[in-house]
Formats: sequence, structure tokens, C-alpha cells
Amino acid sequence: MKIGVVVFPGSNCDEDMVHVLRNVLRLQVVKLWHKDHDLQGCDFIILPGGFSYGDYLRSGAIARFSPIMQEVISFANQGGFVFGVCNGFQILCESGLLPGVLTNNDNHQFICKNTFIRADNNDSMLTATIDPDKVLKIPIAHGEGKFYADEKTLAEMKANGQIIFRYCDEEGNITAEANPNGTTDNIAGICNAGKNVFGMMPHPERAAEGVLGNTDGKIIFESLFGLVTSQQR
Amino acid sequence: MSAGIVEEGKTVSATSYGIGNPVFIVGSATGKDGIHGATFASGDLHEDSAEDLPSVQVGDPFTEKLLLEASLEVIKTGAVIGMQDMGAAGIICSTSEMSAKGKHGMNIYLDKVPTRQKNMHSWEILLSESQERMLIVVKKGREKEVLTVFDKWDLNCVQIGEVTSGTQLKFYMNEEMIANVPADSLVLGGGAPIYEREYSVPAYYHENKRFNIDSVEEPEDLRQVATFLLSHPNIASKKWVSTQYDSMVGTVNMSTNSPSDAAIVNVRGTEKAIALTVDCNSRYVYADPEIGCSIAVAESARNIVCSGGEPSAITNCLNFGNPYNKEVYWQFVQAIKGMGKACRKFQTPVTGGNVSFYNQSSDEGPVFPTPTIGILGILDDKRNRMTLDFKYAGDYIFMIGESKNDINSSEYLYSFHNVKKSPAPFFDLDVEHKIQSVIKHLIKKDLIESAHDVSDGGLYVTLAESAMPKNLGFSIETDFDVRADAFLFGEAQSRVVVSVHPDKMDNFVDFLAAADVEFSNLGMVTEGEILIDEESFGTISEAKELFENALPKMMM
Repeated sequence: MKIGVVVFPGSNCDEDMVHVLRNVLRLQVVKLWHKDHDLQGCDFIILPGGFSYGDYLRSGAIARFSPIMQEVISFANQGGFVFGVCNGFQILCESGLLPGVLTNNDNHQFICKNTFIRADNNDSMLTATIDPDKVLKIPIAHGEGKFYADEKTLAEMKANGQIIFRYCDEEGNITAEANPNGTTDNIAGICNAGKNVFGMMPHPERAAEGVLGNTDGKIIFESLFGLVTSQQR
Repeated sequence: MSAGIVEEGKTVSATSYGIGNPVFIVGSATGKDGIHGATFASGDLHEDSAEDLPSVQVGDPFTEKLLLEASLEVIKTGAVIGMQDMGAAGIICSTSEMSAKGKHGMNIYLDKVPTRQKNMHSWEILLSESQERMLIVVKKGREKEVLTVFDKWDLNCVQIGEVTSGTQLKFYMNEEMIANVPADSLVLGGGAPIYEREYSVPAYYHENKRFNIDSVEEPEDLRQVATFLLSHPNIASKKWVSTQYDSMVGTVNMSTNSPSDAAIVNVRGTEKAIALTVDCNSRYVYADPEIGCSIAVAESARNIVCSGGEPSAITNCLNFGNPYNKEVYWQFVQAIKGMGKACRKFQTPVTGGNVSFYNQSSDEGPVFPTPTIGILGILDDKRNRMTLDFKYAGDYIFMIGESKNDINSSEYLYSFHNVKKSPAPFFDLDVEHKIQSVIKHLIKKDLIESAHDVSDGGLYVTLAESAMPKNLGFSIETDFDVRADAFLFGEAQSRVVVSVHPDKMDNFVDFLAAADVEFSNLGMVTEGEILIDEESFGTISEAKELFENALPKMMM
């Protein structure tokens, strides 16, 4: 399997993502430059965190028009796997590959801290092998992470099992206090109806190495890529 | 403070040489913003300062990021002779410093500089402090490689001149020479003037020395003091600020999930880690600039040592009032002396730094003298990293160093009792050095579970900070020879709180008995209750509530 990590000029989590995929998970990774139209034959595309084109407008609003995103969009529409983290999630919503939108945190501040999340179900590849009772400690770092969708969309998403991660407290309770940014229903991560496009605000690549004192993020990557690999075989 | 990791032999100097080599300006266009920016920063602030707004440079982090990426990439081409960012005084500064260093001259054609506004004057282009710009001297014939990199990142990259023989800088505007100056004359250590300012000891310094602890009555209920200090903005958790910045990008921060006195940064692919911290208690420096600045160096080194590192080098950011004020300049002179003494003791060279004078307003006078020290330490083996949090209830708590009957310049004296005049707290450079050496050995010999130095707020705050991360508590006894308020809240230097697992107790005590330092058994780590001389000071969750919510409440 070959994974492509898209690099926008303002991406700043691209190196971290490549590092974890290549050096921790021992996967084949290439970087995809935003000005290119070539997905280099990748089986899986990841949009990393950062500030794509500065994000002085709404986060990801410009990135959706970049040359590489035209290819990513048609790749996803043909069933290709795409995973966006943080800014990547925002770009996927802006591109229409994922429902809803990410808006300013309730406190109108950038927030960087550890949060706790739980898999909402085992229906998507991102969470298929994760025990829904297991509390994962995964950090967030964003200014616009409050997920919003209208009621009809939200109801459809719930019915389809498209809500994949929700913020909880250390004990696993999904409470208002555990919601870091005011996001609807504590939503931290979602997928599309076809379950081939995933997005989450917390950064699993920041929690995937023993030296950093937290390997919960590895559990998410292992669920995702374990299944992608087995499907290919 | 900014720290990075470079590969030996792959760095670039801010220099310029090689007759005929082209000089490029890269990055943002040059605008009228930031003209005389450094002059603005070096004047007193007054009511009309708002009218100087164009003097403030407008930063664009996105363009800065592009410039950083492109700069790193262009260095890799090997086509670069020298490179310098545009700081204070813009083009005139970079051209002077690079040329003086490389002992060459330059011809610069200012009309070629990309500008944001039309009809900018030549002197405006020379002095503009617009951000996100670099000056690059390139090997002649290899211009294309450089242009390709900046084109990739969508940044300006324009040749504005060339390196010449001699040492003169000649600036042209539309073919007319508008300036012809020796590169050396604007450079420190070259022709730039060196001033000898007058200074005099302020009256307050002698008044401070007359302070006597007996003039302060010991409060009946020390729990009140504990509550006051934990929720004081100078002491309470600064998370409200730090969570607004990304502390984890780059995935090398080893302190996110395990706090230490200094931040520990992983150096991937090696056994090593680096330790970083910044320190200065300006209250101590005001009380006694020489001792206060020595303390700033000592405490920053102590933070590195308590984290398992070896102090390596310091940088500084020296913030003072108007140097024409003789008493302000005395503070500066004394602070530098104190810094020098401490740096020689810890063998930490000052690798660079920055001085900011005129930090004062017309109504409130100069700021407290604030020589902030940034220090870098090395952990040869990252497994020796030490953390500050208590690990298990039942572990013993020890203090390395000596309790003193000293509340000088403590937050307790200054803010709780409102006594503003007192000397710097107890400090002895030799004792400090010994304590740090003992801590290094305790860590290497794996005899302690945690280490946290006693600083702002005194022992009580130190213990609470060690107890909070794992929601543990502590039970300790005070010392008959020392006032209880001084014992708990005094800020005498050269003290470190460590916790020891019962199994290691004998080896720990044997080692310390042979070492030439004071130490004492304070008590034990508890499940969550805070007990002092068997009197309850509440629980750690109550303490945490005060400590973590004080700042958010104030900012609401």
C-alpha cells in the first residue's frame, strides 16, 4: 500500500504525519505537492494539519480549489480512501467530501491540549478495531474545530453511523465539560456516507510514540491501515 | 527563545564575499511599515504613541512560514554564500553586517527592491523593517537554482546588487548614487560608537537592606496564605495562555504528558534530548540587580538539572528602562555583573541575546529590570529525563538544600503583606553549584522519583505543583528553627524537593550523608490530602481548582 500525504504551503503537520507513517508504522509514504495534479498512484490520501494557504479566510476555503484537491476529490468520488486530520478535516468539509462545517471554537481561542475521545461505533475502518469503551487520549490544536451540521444532515449521519469519534472525559463519559470547543454532540470525527472519507480534529500522529508518553493514536492508525491492507489482499 | 537543531557543516553564515556575486532580496515586498521600528521600540511610550503605529511591523505568519521553508531548501542547493534576515533597520543593517563580516563592499540598486507602495523614498526602502525578508548572497552562475526554489514557494526573489571589492556600501536609486558608506561604521565592534553611561546607586537599594523579618507578624492562619498564593496570577497555572499556542507540533515535545522543570525536546534518531527553559524573577532583580540576575541564571540552570540535563549555554533578553536614567543604568550594570558571575560558575557561555531599553511610561516610570535568561541543556541519554510529579502515595519527600528564616522579596511578603522593600532572597553561588551537582548524581544513580525546585511561592507551592499532576497529596512537618511562614512560603534559593521510593531510601540517605549538602526529610506523599504538622490544608483537588482556575476567572 502506498500512502500520499498532501503538502500545502502552510501545512505544518505534514512532516509529523510522514514520520509516524514511515518510521513508526513502517508504511510506504510519498508527499504530494499542492500545485501538482498527480496522486502518484497512491492507494490512500491523507490531508495533514496546518494552515493550508494561511487560512486567513475560513480554514480550508481556498485549499479546496488547489490543483491537487481536484484529483483528491475525484479519487474520493470513485471510492478512494481519504483521511483528513485537523486542517485536513476542515478542507474535506469545505470540499464537500464530508458533510457539515467546522466553525470557530466557542471561546474564540486557539486551543492546544490533550483531549479524550471514544469511538462511537465500529462501522468505519477508522474505528473498526477500537473498543467503543476504550478512552483514547489524543491532543487537539485548532481554532476552528466546532462541528456543525443542520438537523436533517445530522440525523442522516447518525442513522448511517457516520459519527465516529466523540469527546469524553477521562472516565469515558460524554459530557458538556468534556467538550473542548462547543462542537455539536461532542463530535470529534466523522466519515462520509460511503465510509471511504474520514475526518477528525484530534491529532493521532501526535500520540503515536512511546518517547512522547502517549501511543493511543497508534491504535487509530492500526485500525485504519490494518483494514486497508487486508482489503487489498 | 527559539531553538533548533542544525547539522554540523550544513549551516550558513550571515556573510558576503566574492567580487561579482549577486545579492538577492527574497520574501515579502518592502513597505512603509516598520520604518524606524527600532527607534519606536527604543523610545518612552506616551499618550501620542498611537500615532507612531506605522512604525510597528505587520507580521504575516503564513508568508514567514513560506520564507522559512524556502530558506532551508535554498541552503541545500549549496549555491548560497551568505544569508541574513532583515531585522531592525532593514536593508541598511543586513547589507552592512554581512559585508563587514565578509570584508567586502556592495552595490545595491534600491529601485529594484519589490515595494508594496508606489513612490517610496530611497531612505524608506533602506530603513523599512517589513517582515519576512532575507538578504542572500549567491554564487555567481548559480542564480537559477535559487530562483527555482523561491518560485516554488511563490515568493519574491530579486537581484538588487552585487558584491564589490573594498569595504564601501554604495546605494543607487534610478542610477543616482544616494549613499556611500563604509560597511564597518554601522557594525558593533567595527565603527559603531560605544557609549560609557553614568550610573548611580538608587536610594531604594539601601532601604531594602534595612528590612527585618521580625517587622512582619506571622499570620495566625497559614491556610489563608496558601489559598492566596495558589490563586495569585504570578504563581497560578499559566495554562490559559499556553493552551492558546501549539505546544506539540513537530512531535518532539516529551513534556506534554510528563512535566519537568524544563521542557524536554526529543532529538530523533539519537539517544539525546535537549532541555529548554526561560527564567527571571524581576522582583529579585529590582531588589538587588546583581544577586537577582545571578539567581535568574542559577534558577534556569537548576531547572535544566532537575530535568536530568546538563546546562550548556544561555541567551538573554534584557529589558530595562531608559539608560539615560542613572539609576536604571546602575540596574543594568549590576545585572550584567551578576549574570557574568553565575555564567562563569555554571560554565554556560552567553551565545547571543537582545537588549531592550526605554521600557517605561511617562506616568509609571521604568519597568522592573528584567534580564530574562533562556537556557539550553543537553541530556546525553534521554532515559535520564527526570519529571517533577510525585509518583506514588507512600514515597518519602525530601528537601535538598536548607530551609532559611527568609521571606525576602517573596511573593508572600510582596503581595500578601504588601511589603515592597526587602533585599533579594538568600542566595549563595557555591551552595547552588553543590546542590545542582548532587541532583545530577541522584538522577544518574536512579535514586529519586521526582525533582522540582523551590521557587515562586516557596516550598508549599512547589509541593502542590509536584502533587497536582497525579492527584496525590503530601503530609509534611515544619522545622522548629524556622518560622512556619518562612518555611512554607519563603523563597530562599538553592532548594529542590525530591521524592524517594521506600526501597531506595537507604541508598538515597547513604549517598546524601556522604555528599556535602544540607538535606531534610519533609514527610510523605499521600493519596490526596494536604497535611502540615498534622493540620489539614484541604485536598489536592481543592488546591488544583484554585491553581488552574485563577487565571481563566480573571480573563473572563
